[in-house]
Formats: sequence, structure tokens, C-alpha cells
Amino acid sequence: MADYKDIQKNITPYDDKTYGTMIPGPFQRFLRTCKIWQFIRFIIINLKMLAVVSKSHH
Amino acid sequence: MARIVVLGAGVSGHTAATFAKHWLGDKHEVVVVSPNSKWNWIPSNIWVGVGEMKPEDVIFELAPVYKKAGIDFRQAKAVSIHPEGKEGSDRPFVTIEYTDPNKKGQTEEVEYDYLINATGPKLNFAATPGLGPDEGNSLSVCTYQHAAEANNHFQNAIERMKKGEKVKFLIGTGHGMCTCQGAAFEYIFNIEHELREAGVRDKAEIKWISNEQFLGDFGVAGLHIKWGGHIVSSKVLAESLFAERGVDWITGAHVKEVQKGKLQYELLDGTEGEETFDFAMLIPPFSGVGLKAYDKAGNDITDKVFAPNGFMKVDADYTPKPFEEWKASDWPKYYQNPDYANIFAVGIAFAPPHPISKPAKSVNGTPITPAPPRTGMPSGIIGKTVARTVCDVIEGKYSLEEVKEKGHHASMAEMGAACVASTGKSIWNGSAVALTVYPVVPDYDRFPGTGRDPEYTFGEIGLAGHWIKHILHYMFMWKAQLKPGWTLIPE
Repeated sequence: MADYKDIQKNITPYDDKTYGTMIPGPFQRFLRTCKIWQFIRFIIINLKMLAVVSKSHH
Repeated sequence: MARIVVLGAGVSGHTAATFAKHWLGDKHEVVVVSPNSKWNWIPSNIWVGVGEMKPEDVIFELAPVYKKAGIDFRQAKAVSIHPEGKEGSDRPFVTIEYTDPNKKGQTEEVEYDYLINATGPKLNFAATPGLGPDEGNSLSVCTYQHAAEANNHFQNAIERMKKGEKVKFLIGTGHGMCTCQGAAFEYIFNIEHELREAGVRDKAEIKWISNEQFLGDFGVAGLHIKWGGHIVSSKVLAESLFAERGVDWITGAHVKEVQKGKLQYELLDGTEGEETFDFAMLIPPFSGVGLKAYDKAGNDITDKVFAPNGFMKVDADYTPKPFEEWKASDWPKYYQNPDYANIFAVGIAFAPPHPISKPAKSVNGTPITPAPPRTGMPSGIIGKTVARTVCDVIEGKYSLEEVKEKGHHASMAEMGAACVASTGKSIWNGSAVALTVYPVVPDYDRFPGTGRDPEYTFGEIGLAGHWIKHILHYMFMWKAQLKPGWTLIPE
């Protein structure tokens, strides 16, 4: 798993791009590919998308 | 027996034709005119462009599918519309020119009772000198053939990097008026992912160049989502992803010319710059396909039927007005031509009333504004909605003149869209940005500030998004081939 040292190397001080944004930390990155968590998100995202689809047909 | 003629067999035209035939059965006729013999699930071209799918995985032959459905398929391109007929006949017709190898070059007049124009866009590479894979110096993923060619160059680049060479990738839009930033966004992150998988990421410089005023605009004025207890702009979401993956970016750029290994651009502040590249994939601007229209006497009425950009006029409010006066109600609901009630335009073929993103010009007067996207889910929904309306008219439920009171409607200002942008194809460590936006066109009267409903506008990055993207690929390929249960799969 990447650590914060690895992550912060992409940030340049006073750069008008990378200095002003958020970069996910190790735990957030872990969650993005954690199979159990992502399976739960898979169910939730599908339900949300179906809700949007159902609101779009008139 | 009524005859519906559908021009184009992309997402919108194919959806309209197949549902119309399904609802009408053999009592009425559906004719599809398309210059392509194959249907292409365009979103998956991204994976063809990095070698994760083969061209044959994203296409199928249209003729057998239409034969099974009872649809009359003519492999031809539409040349002109004659909505008043011609001398001696009031029956409107379309002139087509066959691209079918067996009839190549032959022309024919195809009469219609109802016309659904779904011709999609012309990939206007000529708008920028040197743009495009055919006669230019950049690559494209807009067609499966282009994507396959891009992959050949990509695999070659990987080989060079494995030998120790540094390679610079430049991905984005090739003109100030482009749309489809999402496709370029997907491609750049799939490139980045594949380079990591190949163990050569450290040999690559990857850079984004686009006409968006800010990263994450996507031609829809960006969006705001709930993220970590805050309402966050897609600008932050996109910048976060670019910074995380070490990808640099240039925004507000109009690419002026693409030469071999370098391009020139102009920024909103008027400054000009040059970027070198070893590999450039740049999306072209879109225009109408160049259909002409003639009245009964043979006079050219193209300007009456089509907007100057070549897209067909429908029931939108085309009155020019400043951004501050734009209304959600400017957007068309029924996609019916104002002069010829039996003509409809769906998907990319209809002329939008204005961009969705706030217009901008450089200090030199060069327009640098993303054009409004109408691809994917909106295209499918609009195609199905118009087909339903036309079928209702044929079945006598209401007349063409009553469509605006009783017809089915699908304004992009009252429609949501789900968008899954792949950021790496792998079942176990891939990812995608899963977004929904509601409505597609912001309605600042209903939702002050962000223009969108925060309950139905959301986004997140993760493996789940990739699974959804992957499933959608097979689901839509299944649906488009009219396999069992196809009508149950939503657009």
C-alpha cells in the first residue's frame, strides 16, 4: 500500500495545480480496491443509477 | 401502412428503430439508412485503444439483427431531405447513396411518412490543420478502427519504454469547440493504468490538454457532488485524480495546429504555446454530417431545416441570448422540427440551443468552449422517447400537431445521466469514476447555485465503477443485438 510519503511526491509547493487540491491517502486508496467495500458500493451505486434512470423517462 | 425512416444506426437511431419496430410489429414499416455495416458500442473503444479489447468485441453486423427484427436496412448514406416531396408528388422522401459494396454509388429516393434523423456527428478533423489519424498527425478513439490504430501506436510506445526510452503522451481535445471530453478523460487514465501495469510508468510523461475552462467541466459546466461531508465541485474531483496519478494538465486551450510531434495552442488569456509529443490522442470537434434539404420546387432550404453547424433544428428556443438568460426551458422536449412536423432529430443530430458550459473567448476573440455532449444515455433515452411518440401518432392516439401537448418528452434539462468513466480496466485493481448527474442541463431556477439536485448527482472513484462499466458493455451489446429480454434493459 502506498504511504503518505509516496503520495505527497506529486505535490509541488505553490504550484497552482497540485498545491490546491486533495489527494487521497493510503486508507482511501485501499478502500477503492477493497473487494468487500466495493461490493457494497456496487450495490449502492447501481440503486442510485436506477433511480436517476427512472426519473429520466417521461 | 406507415413508413418510418431512421437515418443513422448509432445509439439513438438504433434505439429508435428497434423500439419502433417492436411496438408497431408488421403492421407498419421501419427503414434504417446507415452508411456503416456494423454497430459499434463506442464507449468501449477506449479499451480497444489500449489493447484491453479487440475491435470485434465492440462491434457486430447490423444486417442480420435488422433482418431478425423485420427492419428494412439500407447500407447507404443520406444525402438530402425533401420534406415537401417533388413536382408531381407530395410524398416526402430522402435521397440516399449506397455504401453497400454490392450497390456502391447507386442513389435512391426513399419515401417516408415519418423521418427520424439520427445521423450523429461528422468527425470534423479538418477544423484543425494536422488533426486526426487519416491525414493528420494525431490519433483518435472515436471509431473502432481509429482505436485499433491508436493501440498499435500505444503498444509500440510501451516497447520503446521497455528499452529505456522516455515517451510523452498528450491526450485531450484538438480544437476550442470540441465536446466528448469524457472520452479523452477515460483514455488518458487507461493509458496511465496500462503503463503502470506494464512497469514503465516512470518512463512516461502524460499530459492533458483541453478546451474546458476548468478541469472536470466535461462540457456540462461541471457538477457538484457530496464528498466527505462537503459539496465539492468536479474541478476538485478531477484535479485530485490528475495530481494523484501524476498527470499534468492544460485547460482553456484551443489547438491551432498539429504537426509531426508537436502542436500549437492558444489559451483563454491569449497566450500561445507549443507542446511536443510522441503520442497524441486528440478528440476532434463535431459538426452535422452535411445533409441538404430542398423544397418541392427544388430550392435549397438547408438553412431553414438545419442550424449553421449542420445539426437539425427542433423545438428548442434558438434565440441568441447571454449565458445569464439561459433557461432550462430553452432545451427541446419533443425533438420535432418546427417547420415539418413529421421530422424529428435525436441524439447528436439535433441542434442544441446553446452550450451547457459557460461560453468563453480568448482575449483574441477565439471561442474556447466545450460543445454540449448528447452521447450515451441521453441519446438512448431521446431515441426511445421519440420512437414512442411517433408510434403513438401512427396508432392514432394524437396527431402530429398535438405532439407538444400529448407527446412523450425527454428534455436534457429534466433528464439525468449516469456516466461511468473508466480509469483502468482490471477486474481486481481497475477503477472508474461513477457519476450521475441530474439534470444534465443545469436548472439554476430549481436548484440555485449548482443547478442540479444533490440527491441524484453523485460521484465516486473505485473498483465498483469498473465492474459497472464492464457489465454495461455486455449489457448494451446484448440489448443492441436484440437478444432475449433486450427491452427490459434500460437506456
